[in-house]
Amino acid sequence: MGQTIIEKILSSHSGQQVHANEIVVAKVDFVMGQDGTSPLAIRAFEDMGGKEVFDREKVAFVIDHSAPSPIEGVSALHKLMREFTRSKGFKMYDIGEGVCHQLIPESGKVGPGSLVIGADSHTCTYGALNAFSTGVGSTDLAGGLISGHLWFKVPETIKFVLNGVLPKGVYAKDLILYLIGDITADGATYMSAEYTGEAVSALSIEGRFTMSNMAIEMGAKAGLMEADEKTFKWLSRYTDKVFTPASADPDAVYAQVRNYDVSKLEPQIAKPHRVDNVCPISEVLGTPIQQAVLGTCTNGRIEDLRIAAELLKGKRIHDDVRFIVAPASKTIYLDAMNEGIIQTLVEAGAAVVTPGCGPCVGTHNGVPSDGENVISTANRNFKGRMGNSNASIYLASPATVAASALLGKIADPRDFIR
Amino acid sequence: MNFKGKVHKFGNDVNTDYIISGKYKFKTLDMRELAKHVMEDLDPDFYSKVVKGDFIVAGTNFGCGSSREQAPLAIINADISAVLAKSFARIFYRNCINTGLPVVECNTDLIDSGDQLEVNLSDGIIKNITKGIEIPIKPLPDVMIKILNDGGLAPHFKKYGGFNL
Ligand code: SF4
Repeated sequence: MGQTIIEKILSSHSGQQVHANEIVVAKVDFVMGQDGTSPLAIRAFEDMGGKEVFDREKVAFVIDHSAPSPIEGVSALHKLMREFTRSKGFKMYDIGEGVCHQLIPESGKVGPGSLVIGADSHTCTYGALNAFSTGVGSTDLAGGLISGHLWFKVPETIKFVLNGVLPKGVYAKDLILYLIGDITADGATYMSAEYTGEAVSALSIEGRFTMSNMAIEMGAKAGLMEADEKTFKWLSRYTDKVFTPASADPDAVYAQVRNYDVSKLEPQIAKPHRVDNVCPISEVLGTPIQQAVLGTCTNGRIEDLRIAAELLKGKRIHDDVRFIVAPASKTIYLDAMNEGIIQTLVEAGAAVVTPGCGPCVGTHNGVPSDGENVISTANRNFKGRMGNSNASIYLASPATVAASALLGKIADPRDFIR
Repeated sequence: MNFKGKVHKFGNDVNTDYIISGKYKFKTLDMRELAKHVMEDLDPDFYSKVVKGDFIVAGTNFGCGSSREQAPLAIINADISAVLAKSFARIFYRNCINTGLPVVECNTDLIDSGDQLEVNLSDGIIKNITKGIEIPIKPLPDVMIKILNDGGLAPHFKKYGGFNL
């Protein structure tokens, strides 16, 4: 019987041929925790009688969610993480390095065929590199840190076949929002998503990260793609490590196969307060906005900053808008400086904040006020997500966010892109 | 495991930001403190209404969103005995098993706010005392029962020095 990508990866890491719905204990290649989840994991590590981590080269903590610390309580938790990583002798990315989901791929330690667990729900992002990476909680993280293993239920897979060419002004973000709106927030619960087809091949690695990042928003455990030349080229900047890609067999068994033609797609918006509350942009054009956010693990990459800068070059954002930009990593920040992107964005009126999660999760860096509308490139628009339950969050592509910052209302980027 | 209590009913897609908002969870490891804010965006008085042993009952996809383990821990510390839903998001579900919060998949259509329930996990039966009906439970996989019987993943690790599933 043929295997899907995830069945292949779980087979190679458990030393047995596995298929959907079996439960296996598998070896993990990398284990990651961030500052919202690691403190509890440290406690669990101690409760479990943990002494050392299983392999110092294969674990890392990242301080990105509240970086730099906004209040004493957080400072204490950050200190706990610093002390723990120092005493166990493994890598800690401190403030200013970036968002975990950009840093771990940039570390060069994960790639095609890898199995990664991270104590953050968007760990599914590395599926863009053909890694089975998935989010776990703090206790699972502690178990992984100690043993280098974790139990998994082999998920069934939904295959998304994406054909056609994305129109100008329409991006990976619009595509994934559309898919989530179509399948709904729990349409792929317990399952793995496999994205394939010419529209996927045509995407940059940045665009693929965006697609895999949001797999969790349809409930999926992973959002996987096959590795190709682009994958290896992207990785070559960070590592010369050799990976073993996993591809789906022609006779692999899928729970569902969904076919889409992307060539007529419009820019998409997820309206408050659900990620699957998606509509074409035409439905919400003109909605006033007070804050625009460009960044996060979904869309804070160089290509995203580049698209926004191109749109905003020589222009000035609307007087009523605060425009917050958070590059996803220090490397991206530096690349953006070298390309003049940061200069362009700041001249246009952007406030650039520390590489990291920025205002995404409501701890700091731009909490909206009562009754305000935010347009953001993030992945979640739940009520209260950005720290105020009386604010509304609209999710969109970097181009749509930039166009909207410019006009002070939700605007169609296609009006600005030739 | 046998529990008795009153129902607090919620809808579909209750995400972890609603269970415990990110603005609180990053601040502290004191779960009693976090518990005071459980569900507050959906029901500002929730914490003060709960009596020890009560149940949270919901529709589909309970616990979707972030991987924060503070979500089940805050529910436990709000003195909720178990969560019943039509389906759960997978990270949340794992976190519940790992931290020892009983989660029950069942049809929740015939359970309303204020109903008195008796939940017997070992027998796989829910009794809705108010409505005088019984509701069957979807059984848990063996691996999870093993972890729950050990009291969660931490005690399991302590007992065996690693996974023994
Ligand atoms: S950027 Fe937002 S979604 Fe991504 S890891 Fe940070 S808080 Fe989570």
